[in-house]
Amino acid sequence: MLFPDTVEGDKLVHKPLFVAGLFAAVFLLFFTIDLTGTIFGDLLRPAIGDPAQSGLYGRFAVALVVSILFVVNIVLIGFLPLGAQIAVVWVELLILFLSFFYTFDLSFSFIAQKLPFLITQGVVTTLYVSAISIFIASIIAIIGAVAKLSTNGFAYAIASFYTSFFRGLPLLMQVYLIYLGLPQLGFVVDAVPAGILALSLCYGAYMTEIFRAGIQSIDRGQWEASRSIGFGFSLTMRKVILPQALPVIIPPTGNQFIAMLKDSSLVSVIGVWELMFLARTLGQKTFQHMEMLITVALIYWMMSICLELIQSRIEKHYGKRTSK
Amino acid sequence: MSEVIIKANNVSKWYGDFQALKDINLTVHKGERIVVCGPSGSGKSTMIRCFNRLEAHQKGEITVQGILLHNKMNEVGKIRANVGMVFQHFNLFPHMTVAMNCMAGPMWVKKVPQAKARETAMRILERVKIPEQADKFPGELSGGQQQRVAIARSLCMEPEVMLFDEPTSALDPEMVSEVLETMTSLAKDGMTMVCVTHEMGFARAVADRVIFMDVGEIVEEASPQEFFENPKHDRTKQFLSQVLQH
Repeated sequence: MLFPDTVEGDKLVHKPLFVAGLFAAVFLLFFTIDLTGTIFGDLLRPAIGDPAQSGLYGRFAVALVVSILFVVNIVLIGFLPLGAQIAVVWVELLILFLSFFYTFDLSFSFIAQKLPFLITQGVVTTLYVSAISIFIASIIAIIGAVAKLSTNGFAYAIASFYTSFFRGLPLLMQVYLIYLGLPQLGFVVDAVPAGILALSLCYGAYMTEIFRAGIQSIDRGQWEASRSIGFGFSLTMRKVILPQALPVIIPPTGNQFIAMLKDSSLVSVIGVWELMFLARTLGQKTFQHMEMLITVALIYWMMSICLELIQSRIEKHYGKRTSK
Repeated sequence: MSEVIIKANNVSKWYGDFQALKDINLTVHKGERIVVCGPSGSGKSTMIRCFNRLEAHQKGEITVQGILLHNKMNEVGKIRANVGMVFQHFNLFPHMTVAMNCMAGPMWVKKVPQAKARETAMRILERVKIPEQADKFPGELSGGQQQRVAIARSLCMEPEVMLFDEPTSALDPEMVSEVLETMTSLAKDGMTMVCVTHEMGFARAVADRVIFMDVGEIVEEASPQEFFENPKHDRTKQFLSQVLQH
């Protein structure tokens, strides 16, 4: 949270000028885009008659009602305590969002029929590809970070070349290069290992920088103290530097994990049967693309939410220890 | 004369073009207590940091317990394990408990079993008078307590000599005395010590020799009595008048 001042101003959403301005803006917006053809027009049938015939008056009435509802809603939310405010706004946005999808007239029976396969095949593949990749990427990142901080010319050159190259190419390109390029050298790799390799190398490059920053954030006094009691490099790193760097490293690494979960969709182009691949193919036969795309979108979102929760718990755990 | 622990012979050190140490000659015998003082930037910290090779010197020779320090040595860890160092800012490991700070060195460097290391740690924490803080984290302790833990951490390695790098200058005034008391009791037990400090009272009471440094060289070296009552060098007189006037 930003550090709040002790002096409370008037709430923005209770300032008459702001409310009036908001009302005017919403009214103008809905007056111009004409909502008479939507569900709102239908609901106002008693007042405006047949929506299609209602003309300017119908537009005016619908826009008026919608903007009044909108402004009253906002002003009322303004009276709630902080936690309730957040919950109500979340729920309202979610409802708007879902009703937007609902208007696509999706076939839920089709979704229900495909969902088990999406989960057993798609979610599982996505999860294990991401998990293995993030694990390998972390190992690459530790080695890369140490190499980038070392005074060894070879190590630094190799590590910086690596990060520069793999951060500089689109991940999609790396997936293709590894899957199609390696066989040219005589190594035929399956789609899944190729995908994992591409993800690991790419994210390893990003995470190298995260780990480097984490290691650098530790005061040099810690190195000196550690050396002064006779620790060599490896002990210093394992017992003193990395444990303290972890709380710095974990939040951005969690971020990377969430990003990787979604970027793992790129390996669908080489035929790995993960979520994205299934989303594109399952609905193809019956032209029910939207059903699968929206379902998979929601699955990705839910998995990300789970990861966010896990991440915040880990952060809290480390926060407790370091605040001591 | 007793065994020589540290011997510096014509030691010089440069940071780029700036010469931090100029032809330092110093011998520390077993059981000796040496206080190093001088204005800031005079090279006192740099000098003692060279003694356990946290800093590298470029010219001259430093031998610690007969082993020559140089930049290709494998046994530097062994030397450091034998030379305790206490830092101005304590540099405790914040992610370990007080006891663990003291046990880490013996356990991982000297391969002492955990139970034995804990026993030693508790004995030494007793000696610096904070056994009851053993299972707290350094961040929960006051500055003076942290510095005593830092001293305990070094002592647990059973060092041959202790180096103190301005151990009280980052402390609140009311905590200085508890750390000085700990150091005085160490001195009484016969520990070989090299202390960089501005605590002139401590120097007068404890030191066998006082060394005054300025702009990277040792200007004066004398017994405390001689040093405080009859300083030879003008720079020493000027420094003393500045430190002692309040």
